[in-house]
Amino acid sequence: MSVLVLVETDEGGAVEVSRETLAFVRGTEPDVRALIVGEVSPELVDQLGSYGVREVLRADGEAFSSYAAAAWASAVVAAADGMPVVAAAGTPRGNEVLAHVACRLGVAMAANVVAVDGTGPLVVSRQVLGGSALEELPLPDAVAVLTVAGHACEPSTADEPATPTVRDLSVDVPASDLRARVVRTEPGEPDESGSLKSARVVVGAGRGAGSADGFKELVELTELLDGAALGVSRVVTSLGWRPHHEQVGQTGSRVTPDLYVACGISGAIQHWAGMSSSKTILAINTDADAPMVTKAHYAVIGDLHEVVPAINEELRRRAG
Amino acid sequence: MANVLVCIKRVPDLGGEIRLTADGMGVDDSSLGHTVSPHEEAAVELAIQTAKETGGQATVLTLGSEEAVEQLRNALALGCTGAVLVEADATAYGPADVAAAVADVVRDQEAAGTTYDLVLVGNDASDTGDFQVGIRLSYLLDRPVVAGVSTLGVEGDEVTARAGSPDGGTEVYQVALPAVLTVMEGGVEPRYPSIPGRMKAKKIAIDRVTPTRDPVGSGRRRLTLPPAQPSQVTVLGEGPEAAGAVVDLLESLGVTR
Repeated sequence: MSVLVLVETDEGGAVEVSRETLAFVRGTEPDVRALIVGEVSPELVDQLGSYGVREVLRADGEAFSSYAAAAWASAVVAAADGMPVVAAAGTPRGNEVLAHVACRLGVAMAANVVAVDGTGPLVVSRQVLGGSALEELPLPDAVAVLTVAGHACEPSTADEPATPTVRDLSVDVPASDLRARVVRTEPGEPDESGSLKSARVVVGAGRGAGSADGFKELVELTELLDGAALGVSRVVTSLGWRPHHEQVGQTGSRVTPDLYVACGISGAIQHWAGMSSSKTILAINTDADAPMVTKAHYAVIGDLHEVVPAINEELRRRAG
Repeated sequence: MANVLVCIKRVPDLGGEIRLTADGMGVDDSSLGHTVSPHEEAAVELAIQTAKETGGQATVLTLGSEEAVEQLRNALALGCTGAVLVEADATAYGPADVAAAVADVVRDQEAAGTTYDLVLVGNDASDTGDFQVGIRLSYLLDRPVVAGVSTLGVEGDEVTARAGSPDGGTEVYQVALPAVLTVMEGGVEPRYPSIPGRMKAKKIAIDRVTPTRDPVGSGRRRLTLPPAQPSQVTVLGEGPEAAGAVVDLLESLGVTR
């Protein structure tokens, strides 16, 4: 039995969530095959081998020169030929393409899986309610189509690396697959959510900021810390205090910094979904019983507009 | 002119804690208010804007019980011009069932002379998080679909839709109508209902539809919550006097400059 994983790549090779997905499926089935849409460099083949991938399937050509989810789905269906499990990372791309695949195969799809149990039929646990609950769901169809939630496991390499063979797929992409296709791309504005997602420290701000003018000392704190970015809760963007690309949560960015400083954030599930994987959480809140405070590792009870300026002052004093 | 159908779902408005029903099959929402998913708020806004700009209609649809009329009325108060309630127990419906029920409505309305150039759904519901209803709907209707759309514009018989790309930029699609779009929040700011809007919404008749096929269901066996962790929080202090202890922590974590 083999498992197909749709692997997403960027200039650094397989992206982290795809590497997590490879490690995740390898835990249940050692015969892992990877599908790459686009170019496959020798470095990428080596990297996939280090994750235990035995075969790399490559779909390339004009139909894949700009993104079309339906064309990618055609490639997945061609690659999955007879394989009982098809997986991808629970990214926007992964969820989108595998939903197409499920429609074509006439099977269910389980999004954001964190654990699998049993081999026939497969029973998965998947994140629902923004990751605050798990759903137990059997996948009894002939092909189990699933995406793996980010951070469901470590992106660990295999104990015994494989030397994957590379096979070019011949994919028949009908014109109907290209009805919805990217016609052009536009670069993001500088300092958009990219820096937020990779920040070592995220200074989070919620309703407690008080107004659009209430972020000055929080921005200052990000400047005083190393590799820090500002993130905000949905309330803040809904009120128009800060732009949406700074939003952390179920419908914003998911961040995993070394330190998350939650300032004036009560800890609603919508927000918790986006930052609960932070290594250390420090909450600054007037309410000692707020969920964010009780779930945090450290807390300061007080008004962020008094506490944060004092922290900034102390940081400046110690820096000389 | 573009007629838009926007699909929404009544979901509990969760705060910081979740309680499950005794049978573990759902969320105990007896003490909670209800809303729609954030992505659907953005979809409703896009539907209203698109209908206004093109002189078309924005119809809101939901599948649910009589209680879901609350969410339909809210969308009408914002500016939707018609509403459809597919009367069913939403908990008995899996994502494929919902897509099939919506597709039936679209086909029936078309047979009755109303076409929908665009069908908008949220990219994923905040409760079930299935990430597939819109895409399944597109297959049932044989229409192109774009996922994760944040803004859109209709010109003639084509829609230009923008979606976030994996590298933080924007991907632009130009798709022939009719089409299905799944919407993500962030591109538009949902409006607030006005008092006259609310008054007007009360007078609009809601089109009630009974599904013609039985749902298969999602297959859910049960929900579980992570075990409640006793609070491990270390309180560093109260007010500005805690600044020294905070900076000690920041230094020990190696995040100061």
